[in-house]
Amino acid sequence: MKSKPTALKTLDIVSLILLAVATYLALVFAPTERVMGDVQRVFYFHVATAWVGLLGFVAAGVSGVIYLKTQNLKWDLVEQAAVEISLVFFFITIVLGSIWARPIWNTWWTWDPRLTSASIVELIYLAYLMLRQGIEDPDRRARFGAVYTLVGAVSVPITFISIRLFRSIHPILDSGQNAGAGETMGLTGDMKIAFFFALFAFTVIFIDLFWNRIRLGQLQQKVEQLKLKVME
Amino acid sequence: MKENKEKRSGNYLRAIGAVAWKDLAAELRSKELLSAMLVFALLVIFIFNFSLELDAKTRNSVTSGVLWATFAFAGTLGLNRSMAIEKDRGCLDGLLLAPVDRSAIYFGKAISNLTFMLIVEAIVLPVYSLLYNTNLFQPGLILVILLGSVGYTAVGTLLSAMSVQTRTRDVMLPILLFPIILPVIIAAVRASGGYLQNLPFDQILPWLNLLIVYDVIFTAIAFMVFDYVVEE
Repeated sequence: MKSKPTALKTLDIVSLILLAVATYLALVFAPTERVMGDVQRVFYFHVATAWVGLLGFVAAGVSGVIYLKTQNLKWDLVEQAAVEISLVFFFITIVLGSIWARPIWNTWWTWDPRLTSASIVELIYLAYLMLRQGIEDPDRRARFGAVYTLVGAVSVPITFISIRLFRSIHPILDSGQNAGAGETMGLTGDMKIAFFFALFAFTVIFIDLFWNRIRLGQLQQKVEQLKLKVME
Repeated sequence: MKENKEKRSGNYLRAIGAVAWKDLAAELRSKELLSAMLVFALLVIFIFNFSLELDAKTRNSVTSGVLWATFAFAGTLGLNRSMAIEKDRGCLDGLLLAPVDRSAIYFGKAISNLTFMLIVEAIVLPVYSLLYNTNLFQPGLILVILLGSVGYTAVGTLLSAMSVQTRTRDVMLPILLFPIILPVIIAAVRASGGYLQNLPFDQILPWLNLLIVYDVIFTAIAFMVFDYVVEE
């Protein structure tokens, strides 16, 4: 059995440190927002986890297409890893967003384009996992999984646009109409540091988790092969 | 060369026609699927009637929603059944052995599914008009129903071909289909509501555009990936 590569071990530790620093920056270093108060601190991790969810979503769609083109089961592992990470991180995003929204919007939930799209991604990926569970043959499982992530990857943006046609109350950080001001929510210098550091930290964490999950998938495959060998 | 090409496209169209006609002819004799869909659709309307208290005032705003929820639920019944028949009697294997392009099978199935859905809708509409004393026979509304049904069956046929090959088959289809079909439901409900409330055309147009875009994109995707879904 191959042990964990050193690069991955290092990355594990680096991600842990980055997470700790990002937490410090968000909870202590960043100044308290004048209007919203301390609850605004949720925002740093909220956006960062949403970013990771989005990375996973894109990675899943792309690897689905590559799998269909190459029929190489390696890409199926990548796709599955991306789906799982995206599922978990969008869930964290939604929970953090709700914590922020309760005092600010006075409601846990609203049918805004971003909220709805993120929860639709959750539902699509849950359906994806259920679909995979119901298929025994690994090739067919991989093919169906790839087709479904592809269909989902195309449909979610359309869902987003179609809900966007209504009005939205979600704050937009970089809105085109307000180009002069830069941001509508107005981040000060220290806030920007905490914000961009959180983004960076979570990107590294994404890579780390992705790598670990792909490795886990490879090991799973190996175990399955060994099992088959023993049975023969 | 040109003649050859024409002959090939003629064959392709004939294959699509043959698959669709096979389904329609079988259905004309047994009437299993249509009768089940119809009775189910009427039952859904009854359930809505009592769960929403469809009095004259609320009816105006919820009619389009009730109609589309009814079509969506009845649609899954039809999609499931039409693929399950193919699978159970081994017809699918026979179809796949036929020397035609696989996508011809997809289009044939999609056309027959669309026809079933349109027949059901053509019966539900007058019944609904009669029960609630409203006139649903407006050309605009019929156009929306046509566009919505095309999108619904384009995705539904593809996903039902997948769900029927899983262990949990019947349960799987709505779970796979509904999150993907959401843009169609949103746009169709809005557009139908617009026609029923006599809104100006420029408020309905974006929703019609959305429906057309969805139809085109997903017909194209299904055409490209159907091969992977039925491959053995």
